[in-house]
Amino acid sequence: MTDITQENLEQMDRSEDEAQKARLKKAWKTPEGWRYWSAVNNTEVGRWYTAVSFLFFLFAGVLALLIRTQLAVPNNDFLSADLYNQVFTLHGSVMMFLFAVPIFEAFSILILPQMLGARDLPFPRLSAYGFWCFLIGGVFVCGSIFFQVAPQGGWFMYPPLSTQYHEGLGADIWLLGLSFIEVSSLAAAVELIVGILKTRPPGMRINLIPLYAWYILVVAGMILFAFPPLIAGDLLFELERLLGWPFFNPEKGGDPLLWQHLFWIFGHPEVYIIFLPAIALVAMIVPTAAQRPIIGYGWIVLAAVGTGFISFGLWAHHMYATGMPGISLAFFTAASEAVAIPTGVQIFCFLATALAGRFVHSVPMLFVSGALAIFVLGGLTGVMVAIAPFDFQAHDSYFIVAHLHYVLIGGMLFPVAAGLYYFYPMADGKQLSERLGKWAFWLMFVGFNVTFLPMHFTGLLGMPRRVFTYEAGLGFDLLNLISTIGAYIFAVGVVILVWDVVRPKKKQPHARRNPWNAGTLEWLVNMPSHPWSVRSIPIIKSRYPLWDQPNFIRDVDEGRFYLGDAAEEKRETLITSTIDARPIQCLRVPGPTFLGLWAAVFTGGVFIFSTYHWYVAALISGVLGLITILIWLWTGTALIPEKPAKDIGLGVTVPLYLSGDKSVGWWAMFITMIGNMSAFASLVFGYFFFWTVHEDFPPDPSQGPNALWSLVGAGCVLGAWALTLLARQANRKDRAAVFYGALILAALCCVAGGLALFAGPYSSGLDPKSHVYPATVWVLVLWSLVHLAVGLIMQLYCMARRLAGRMTAEYDIDIRNVALYWHFMAITATVTVVVIAGFPRMV
Amino acid sequence: MTEPDANRDDPETPAARWHSLWLLTLGPAFWTMHFLASYITAAIWCAKFAGRAGSLETVRWLIGGYTAVALVGICLVSWFGYRQHKLGQATLPHDADTAGDRHRFLGFSTLLLCGLSFVATVYIALTVVFIGTCE
Repeated sequence: MTDITQENLEQMDRSEDEAQKARLKKAWKTPEGWRYWSAVNNTEVGRWYTAVSFLFFLFAGVLALLIRTQLAVPNNDFLSADLYNQVFTLHGSVMMFLFAVPIFEAFSILILPQMLGARDLPFPRLSAYGFWCFLIGGVFVCGSIFFQVAPQGGWFMYPPLSTQYHEGLGADIWLLGLSFIEVSSLAAAVELIVGILKTRPPGMRINLIPLYAWYILVVAGMILFAFPPLIAGDLLFELERLLGWPFFNPEKGGDPLLWQHLFWIFGHPEVYIIFLPAIALVAMIVPTAAQRPIIGYGWIVLAAVGTGFISFGLWAHHMYATGMPGISLAFFTAASEAVAIPTGVQIFCFLATALAGRFVHSVPMLFVSGALAIFVLGGLTGVMVAIAPFDFQAHDSYFIVAHLHYVLIGGMLFPVAAGLYYFYPMADGKQLSERLGKWAFWLMFVGFNVTFLPMHFTGLLGMPRRVFTYEAGLGFDLLNLISTIGAYIFAVGVVILVWDVVRPKKKQPHARRNPWNAGTLEWLVNMPSHPWSVRSIPIIKSRYPLWDQPNFIRDVDEGRFYLGDAAEEKRETLITSTIDARPIQCLRVPGPTFLGLWAAVFTGGVFIFSTYHWYVAALISGVLGLITILIWLWTGTALIPEKPAKDIGLGVTVPLYLSGDKSVGWWAMFITMIGNMSAFASLVFGYFFFWTVHEDFPPDPSQGPNALWSLVGAGCVLGAWALTLLARQANRKDRAAVFYGALILAALCCVAGGLALFAGPYSSGLDPKSHVYPATVWVLVLWSLVHLAVGLIMQLYCMARRLAGRMTAEYDIDIRNVALYWHFMAITATVTVVVIAGFPRMV
Repeated sequence: MTEPDANRDDPETPAARWHSLWLLTLGPAFWTMHFLASYITAAIWCAKFAGRAGSLETVRWLIGGYTAVALVGICLVSWFGYRQHKLGQATLPHDADTAGDRHRFLGFSTLLLCGLSFVATVYIALTVVFIGTCE
């Protein structure tokens, strides 16, 4: 009798298990046929993103071979000077903007949810939107070379070269195409920060998170402060090129150095934005290869966070030769030397871990060893060029080319190759070939050094970078020939690596589960993987749960932890508290849609049509983009669930809807607005930069803007802000009349504020084309006006949501997030008015 | 802000408070403020007051003052970090699944970051020891 009951129970268990899996499968099903491209799941988007960034890498690699072929012999005419300029500009721009940064976003979207035992990141549609933006912008920028209109100003696009001496669309394609891609980087940063802070598995306290997540958290935070200055710079640059606002034109008071500041406030942290995620891969691979926990976890966190901060104090070391005062150079030298400390600390931690453990030889570890060797050499020349007097000698020579390639290829490409070999089974369920991997590594390692080691000497002998050819007999001939031979050896290595990835593997058996015997959560993945990621979301008690927690894989697989079922057949993942990772919400994440793709197409249209000055088309595209995004928000976000809470297993019930600072949407808004503030701060920096370099900025006597109008503008905006907050309170207390009344008044105040702000410079007759002063005032006003327009749409949206019954007193995500936006709006308008109307009266 | 269910009374299980996370960034934030203040002061001084050959004497005193404030701030933060790190009896690596180890880990990381920030701040301050003019 007992046996029969036992058997029945087991049978029931099995059928329940099958039923649960079937429901999970249905909820997380990947769309088929042409609808496959509507997928938003991190596994799909992550794979596309990775593949496309690698394609851009190969494209830029071919450009590199063209460069080396041209330079193989003196007085070569393989490429014309004009085409050569396009080729090296695109090589640098594509490698930096379309490979080095996106590949980390791609990898993170792919592997981070697995590392956190999450089913997906909190905003899958945003990831998909980011990917499509990246693809469209990337193809647009790369395609330009086939029409001979590619940018020619080098990857940092200095004015006045690119404002006054380059005809054609090249610089516009660079500025608008890459600004568009920066949008996708910011989208990824928001997604990754919220992902790491809020979708960790229960128990994964902040002292237990994988080092990869620490690094990505730091890097995503850096993106918020590094990319917006470039977006602000791009805005100024485009206003100069398209409308003739003279920000960088010295004849009208502008200054090309402002661009250099804004570019490098972005550009130097960007080096670390590229380097840290790559080294994060190393931090995952080394403990596995050593089969022991990392040594110095806390020290590596120090390195990641410390580098994140100090890397922002290095920007002017790219500008040593611009004639800044010696004392300014010295500050940047000091900071540049200081950043070597955290960078070195993490490398010692990796070496210690590798030496202390049982070292298992593998292709990923081979690439890691090569990476460390190359990077250390690049780091040492970095310490050399960080010293101003040495840099004066090496500036703009091939020594710099050698240094930056040692840093980027050692610090990024080799770790990425290691990561590719290491994580490939997670994406495909198959392993890459060890034999081919070794060939690829040795050819790449040898080829790299043969190419770039001689460049140190070419540079010290005096060969400037970016010249399309050189005279014979200057001592450059043999060194350049060796570099070119090395480049081809390197390319053969890359071809082998690519072949290993794309070769048909149908006959190859699937890899065994956890093929490297790693300890971290991502290796729970089945070979091949399921779209739902983990069978159940586990409770974590260790940094290496697969090593330390007994019966862990079995318990996860049998659905014994959280969310082992999808009872309503909806996509769900767990939201946990930020520090101690306690379950606080079951988040419904949206499924497949083409909305992200269309939104990307239309926003892309705004940038691409503007390049060709087709402003009507750009406007239409912008309106369509806005409509698409509104449909996306209306149908897919802040959905009111059918019940307030849900049992997620193990006797825990959590709410299905949270608003305010507990909701992931609020966090996304907050993080986006931090990035937005740093772009605004860059524009304000521009104003004060001109104040320091000019005697008559702002001009005396004052030319405007009209102080009264500006003050009225600020007052109206602050009124709109206060009324929006009132509407939020009224909504929470369910006082509909007060809610609508306050929001209608707020919207009117918003419009009035915008008009008054506009009237400030307009009534004083400030002409932005005449001089940099009016241009700078206008750009600050313009920034506020655009944000007011967005704020107005948000207010109207909230009214519509409540009218439609999609927002209630209890379910109030929309108005809470809009109120948050308006806090930042109030700061923006106030600072704008204090600067443009107040500052001229203070000095 | 405190996270739900945290047991605030037991000293071995300190509550998950936001400020213990923000404390981590405070040391480097002192470095950042010091760096920016020094750079901006020197830039404005040389551009607006002293001229290209002018003396940095005033700026030296100002930066000396900034440095004192920054270093005292960093030392204070590191003291908080050290106290967190030393909570109870446990020693490194602070990798247990307990509120106590989470607290100690954040303290230890705060302490390390303060060490780095201290050195980096001294580096910046050293520049005005060696450079005396705006040239």
